Amino acid sequence: MIVADRKSLEEILAMVADNKKILILGCKGCVTVCNVGGLKEVEILTSSLKIARKKLGKPLDIDIQVLERQCDNEYVAELSESVNDYDGVISMACGVGPQFLSEMYKTQVFYPAVNTTFFGGATQHGVWEERCAGCGTCGIHMFGGLCPIARCAKSLLHGPCGGSSEGICEVNADTECIWDSIVKKKMEAGQLEDLMGVKGLKDWTTARDGGPRRSIREELVQGKI
Amino acid sequence: MRLSYSADIKIIQVPCTGRVDILHLLNAIEDGADGVYVAGCLEGECHYIEGNFKARRKVDHVKKILLELKIEPERVEMYNLSSAQGARFAQIANEVAEKIRALGPTPVRTPTVQKPTAP
Repeated sequence: MIVADRKSLEEILAMVADNKKILILGCKGCVTVCNVGGLKEVEILTSSLKIARKKLGKPLDIDIQVLERQCDNEYVAELSESVNDYDGVISMACGVGPQFLSEMYKTQVFYPAVNTTFFGGATQHGVWEERCAGCGTCGIHMFGGLCPIARCAKSLLHGPCGGSSEGICEVNADTECIWDSIVKKKMEAGQLEDLMGVKGLKDWTTARDGGPRRSIREELVQGKI
Repeated sequence: MRLSYSADIKIIQVPCTGRVDILHLLNAIEDGADGVYVAGCLEGECHYIEGNFKARRKVDHVKKILLELKIEPERVEMYNLSSAQGARFAQIANEVAEKIRALGPTPVRTPTVQKPTAP
């Protein structure tokens, strides 16, 4: 899933400093799962902003709503009747949400309340880690199922660099050297030979280097299935 | 025991402090309470195992939010006492009332007047 972190209250308050009536819009997708933009977080942000604005003597009128997903126009369209009732809309979805909203509702302002960080998952309650870099050409089967593109600081494809020490990456003491883990895993499985071959050049045109990407599924576009 | 304690305290009963939510505490502050405290069971004696520990974590989280909003985090506290400690309950109630009185009224009801910006 997409993982995000909420912006500070100070930043969010600055965005809506001149607004008197706003909508805080949550999303039931990834940001609900990573506890940053679901109903609970929307309610906490609402109360926090109300407290802050009451303290300033400039009360803020806030409505809340949580969409099934903010990355699907059919759900974004649910706001068509009400979206212009507000001075501004705070979206608690990942960066996709406020863009879909901005594309559909040209005159409304949508403020992002979260910083979208990475594709990953929860390794324990409250801790999320990056697992995928969305490079567009997945080859994790070649590395024991562990992605060196997302999890190696240098995205190395042929083994660890000299900065690997006792399984730890030189970039951050909290980061495991994923190449250390890949090699250990392959050794334990007796498949170390798999890593010996020289891999061809990786095609990075499918990654961000090739510009904004688009995925087209013809059969769906044509409505055949 | 007929103990008396500060009349400023309004009691809201919950089946276990584990039921207390971040929003209950925040909404109280939002609605103008000068302070909120949670009185949970003694640590290690929760009938539901860890309700009071969960409540403490929530209180700590609300303290962080208040700090971010530049409101005294001491306005929200957690206490642990058993239901048999009536005297302690009254003592805590007076202690909290005293502490909040020293902090003054909540800035939520007495807004900070913003100075007009120079032309």
